[in-house]
Amino acid sequence: MRLEYFQLIDRIVDLNLADRTISSEAMVPTTSTIFEGHFPSYPLMPGVLLIEAMAQTSGWLVVALNRFARMPFLAAVKEAKLRTFVTPGQKLTINAHLAHDGSGYAITEAKIKCGGKPICDATLTLRVLDFPSAELGQRMREIADRIGLQVEAPANG
Amino acid sequence: MSSTFDTIANIIAETCDIPRDSITLDSHAINDLGIDSLDFLDIAFAIDKAFGIKLPLEQWTQEVNDGKATTDQYFVLKNLSARIDELVAAKGA
Repeated sequence: MRLEYFQLIDRIVDLNLADRTISSEAMVPTTSTIFEGHFPSYPLMPGVLLIEAMAQTSGWLVVALNRFARMPFLAAVKEAKLRTFVTPGQKLTINAHLAHDGSGYAITEAKIKCGGKPICDATLTLRVLDFPSAELGQRMREIADRIGLQVEAPANG
Repeated sequence: MSSTFDTIANIIAETCDIPRDSITLDSHAINDLGIDSLDFLDIAFAIDKAFGIKLPLEQWTQEVNDGKATTDQYFVLKNLSARIDELVAAKGA
């Protein structure tokens, strides 16, 4: 996780365009100023960042499915459940499934596990819009390369 | 159309917590019922699921923005019902 850049996903470990699923990994850093405040002497990964990790993983799935034609933005979070605490140094596995591909929006169902144990889950709504700038599209491709998102791969690849 | 209207009126009532009896064929989803774009995504999702279609919201929005259509054509509920019936018929054709 690059918490200071709000880039929470370290690596895409699986992408299945045919099934419209994605799996990513994210290592919670052992140190961060966030943990100095949340909470003093009792560091916990904030729940909103867990939701953001699910949103980012969902976003990469949508980007992969539309092959960087458009950009997803988080619009709604439903049925979010934060089931247990996450502490510094834990490795998270984040899975998302595209439940619905609407006109200008997408619905995903996402969940996080740690060591096979359910951490949290939610249903997310993403607005899917044209890239507001060519530069953003290029920067997103660079991030995708860094985390191993293979968008040029054929379906099911 | 009436059964289509009943379905979408029920969806709107449930999704937006609007009294069902205040939703009529002549209601404008935005101007009369006050549904904003985010709530309308929930409604579109429920309509897509209920009818097995994909409401072309982006196309409609573009047409309105380009002055080729009015919001009444798509968001007055009797017209929305008719558009949905067309989409369902096209799907089965």
